[in-house]
Amino acid sequence: MRVVVASGKGGTGKTTLATALAQVAAETQAVRVLDCDVEAPNAALFLHPQWSSGAEVTRPVPRVDAERCTACGRCAEVCRFNALAVVGGAVLVFDDLCHGCGRCTWICPEQAIHEEPLTVGRIEAGWTPEGIDLAQGLLRIGQPMGLPVLRALKHWPPTTESASVSVSARPSPWIEIRDAPPGASCPVVETLRGADAVILVTEPTAFGLHDLRQVVGIVQELGLPAWVVINRDGIGQAPIDAYCAEQGLPIALRLPLERRLAEALARGQSLLAAAPEYRPAIRHLLERLRCEVSGA
Amino acid sequence: MKLAISMAGDTLEAAFDARFGRAPFFVLVDSESGEWTCLPNPALEADGGAGVRAAQFLASQGAQAVVSGAYGPKAWTTLHAAGLRTLLAPEGQDALIGRQLLDQFRAGALRAAEAASHDGHHGG
Ligand code: SF4
Ligand code: SF4
Repeated sequence: MRVVVASGKGGTGKTTLATALAQVAAETQAVRVLDCDVEAPNAALFLHPQWSSGAEVTRPVPRVDAERCTACGRCAEVCRFNALAVVGGAVLVFDDLCHGCGRCTWICPEQAIHEEPLTVGRIEAGWTPEGIDLAQGLLRIGQPMGLPVLRALKHWPPTTESASVSVSARPSPWIEIRDAPPGASCPVVETLRGADAVILVTEPTAFGLHDLRQVVGIVQELGLPAWVVINRDGIGQAPIDAYCAEQGLPIALRLPLERRLAEALARGQSLLAAAPEYRPAIRHLLERLRCEVSGA
Repeated sequence: MKLAISMAGDTLEAAFDARFGRAPFFVLVDSESGEWTCLPNPALEADGGAGVRAAQFLASQGAQAVVSGAYGPKAWTTLHAAGLRTLLAPEGQDALIGRQLLDQFRAGALRAAEAASHDGHHGG
């Protein structure tokens, strides 16, 4: 089972919940956590893994052999992303606009273009003390596109052997928890793709409701079953309950606004270390997901 | 000199548009004879790299200098590689029309852009 924990914006409590779910699940089953927030991964701060493996993530970018190039302009013509310009008798390549589609290399009549790997980030993976298999993607500073890192993370580890291992061949029961990036943009869609269920963490404020609406839109488009978790319940008066009822979204859990909790989390303590009394509720949430997803 | 001015409308009398890559039109005007043609900006629909596309387009149209309000780094690089001069319309004069910029150019009153003027997220 693959579960995504998403929310509208950073600081809503997404990672708190994702790590708590992982810790509870690890008591009875094999758990993998993917920290998909490649711009600012922070699940490791709560789960304390020992990194034991990793890999660079690259994407191909075109390089032009000036000796062969006749500045015919074909490559720039076929690039849908305007990553190439043929001006002044030479080709300019803008790496950060390139999507690596390979069209320019393919179309060049002089075979003057080849592709080179550009490092855009890395994957780090390891085990936590409770036996959770944790992997995170790290986008290199200044790189504009996180998707290649995210894709590499979703397919981690990259060996052909494990790529062909089906879910049923994994130790059973098996769960993958993806901590989504904040917001409702392309990386969030990519994180949601291939998931079986979604947990949407929100807070009962006007901003929370606004962000929730946007993510719910994507989740519904992808046709994924979703549950809502309200964090800092009591902080505001926004009509989250009414919205959820209207959308048919079950509210699975409420975490009240508590100073003690907020302080512990700010210190990097996990939810369960700070408030063990939430363990049954989280276990219940997990069971509920498992029933409804596998009951299909 | 063939001058390209980023424009909101399709005549020399129309309003100037300060966005280089996202201006709807470019008016291409011969600064000596005053003859002009108007070209729709082919980069308008671009998902990314609008500035690169627009710069390349103007180079292919034979422009030798550009007047706009701001150049993203990629547009600036492309324009300079193509040998075009990048000029800036005076700031704070929002209501300029194309002909006024042509006059300012003839009077030598337009400042050259020394570098890309913004990070390129707003139309460069
Ligand atoms: S298509 Fe090939 S030969 Fe033509 S401009 Fe591009 S690199 Fe040069
Ligand atoms: S690989 Fe594709 S996106 Fe990249 S420069 Fe070539 S045509 Fe453009």
